Amino acid sequence: MSERKLTKGNIALAEGALQAGCRYYFGYPITPQNDIPEYLSRELPKRSGVFIPAESEIASINMVMGAAASGKRAMTSSSGPGISLMQEALSYMAGSDIPCVVVNIMRSGPGLGGIAPTQGDYMQAVHGGGHGDYRNIVLAPASVQEMFDLTIRAFELADKYRNPAMVIADAMMGQIQEPCRLSPERPVVVPEKPWALTGRRGRKPQLLKSLYLGPGEQEEHNLLMKRKYDTIQQNEVMFETKDLDDAEIMIIAFGTPARIAKTAIGEARKQGIRAGLLRPITLFPFPGDEVARFSGKIKNILVVEMNTGQMLMDVKIAAHRDAAVSFLGRPGGGIPYPDEIVREIKKALKGVTAA
Amino acid sequence: MYYDTIMSGFGGQGIQTISILVATAAINKGMEVSYLPSYGVEKRGGRTDVFMVLSDEEIGSPITNHPLSVIALDTIALDTYQDQLAPGGLLIYNSSLIPGELIVRDDINVIALKCNEEAVAAGNPKLANMIALGAFMERIDFLSYDEIEEAMGEVIPERLKKHIPGNLKAILRGMELARETVQV
Repeated sequence: MSERKLTKGNIALAEGALQAGCRYYFGYPITPQNDIPEYLSRELPKRSGVFIPAESEIASINMVMGAAASGKRAMTSSSGPGISLMQEALSYMAGSDIPCVVVNIMRSGPGLGGIAPTQGDYMQAVHGGGHGDYRNIVLAPASVQEMFDLTIRAFELADKYRNPAMVIADAMMGQIQEPCRLSPERPVVVPEKPWALTGRRGRKPQLLKSLYLGPGEQEEHNLLMKRKYDTIQQNEVMFETKDLDDAEIMIIAFGTPARIAKTAIGEARKQGIRAGLLRPITLFPFPGDEVARFSGKIKNILVVEMNTGQMLMDVKIAAHRDAAVSFLGRPGGGIPYPDEIVREIKKALKGVTAA
Repeated sequence: MYYDTIMSGFGGQGIQTISILVATAAINKGMEVSYLPSYGVEKRGGRTDVFMVLSDEEIGSPITNHPLSVIALDTIALDTYQDQLAPGGLLIYNSSLIPGELIVRDDINVIALKCNEEAVAAGNPKLANMIALGAFMERIDFLSYDEIEEAMGEVIPERLKKHIPGNLKAILRGMELARETVQV
């Protein structure tokens, strides 16, 4: 294991992309993710890579599509407003089975919003964004180390399933600095890409497309995609648990709120309240089976998010009627402090904050 | 071991530099550190705040609203964080810019430092942050002066290395001033 170095979240993510073999980055500036293009503009040329400051986010993502269609690992990063502009191309890439990595360091919205941290783009990343019946693979880091590790994972999953993968992190994860090991946990896997468009000399022509006009073709394509999403759901769920064995209440949170919840759980336990945590690391695939399993045992759930209740919907579906679900949400740059979460835990156990 | 602190001032006072020194020294020692700076207004005169948590275990929350210490280098910093300081906590404030009558808490330890004047006396007005860091170092038990000196060699860029001796002298002066302040 290499030495741990004080590293900013955005830089860990950018270095993760480089070590995943990404040599093509296209982007347009926006706070709070500017450290990513700044770092890559310096580092990519040194590693025989290509850095293009695009004229817009729409251009960025379409350049990603081109590079990725030729079989290269390519990435762009932005924040809310820029990510919204990219949705059309994300839908096209999903439809054409083109793998790529898109990073959203979330700032508050809607509209131009502000630069403060938020998790307001959960729905956009997990449940849609672009048109059509598709899914992004979505990873949610909660430490600088995970900004590095999960970016590598995002490239691997994108290639494995030929699907867009998103890393979504609130601005706090982008800006925070923590000790980080800047080398991969295991050797990075880059698969063969026989589908890539690399010039047809010596082989039959091939096509990457999302247009299906023949009778039944589109439905067949959608069902194939559905089968892919089912496989991802079955094989790729990642989550972390803390203190759930004896818990009377389960906090469910991702990203920064999950970190804050850990401190709150320590405080609650000092006061004799048996709290625990389930932290989804993959948001798609969502750990719904795990939520369901724990809901059967732990009858109280408190969802904590930096938005007005987005992952909450997925938790409610998974918990069904097995647990009482409460919610603490701080949108628009608000951040829940540990003592605020402890107060909500107490209220939730009294049943006064059912969402 | 768990420690959290908020350091605050305006851009250019050197809040980021002293907090990175502490964070780097702690990591070198094998501690866990989370260092959260304000962002988006990276310019002289903008607000600059740092939330830092240090621990020998995994760090949960990187933010705190009842820190064990606050370093306030200007009045806005004091106004923002005085109320939040944990009872019995440590307030180090820059009395060159902050009038003493603004300190209303009587359940905390207070070190008043004329950071600006002391910095000038130490040879460079930019050393105000190091005076404050020295006082901080005097009152914490998880990092030593030698460890900060080592971190300085890593953190300070090559072109500024000639200023290290002056910085170290200012830290020692801050430590001396803190020793002269009676601890409650």
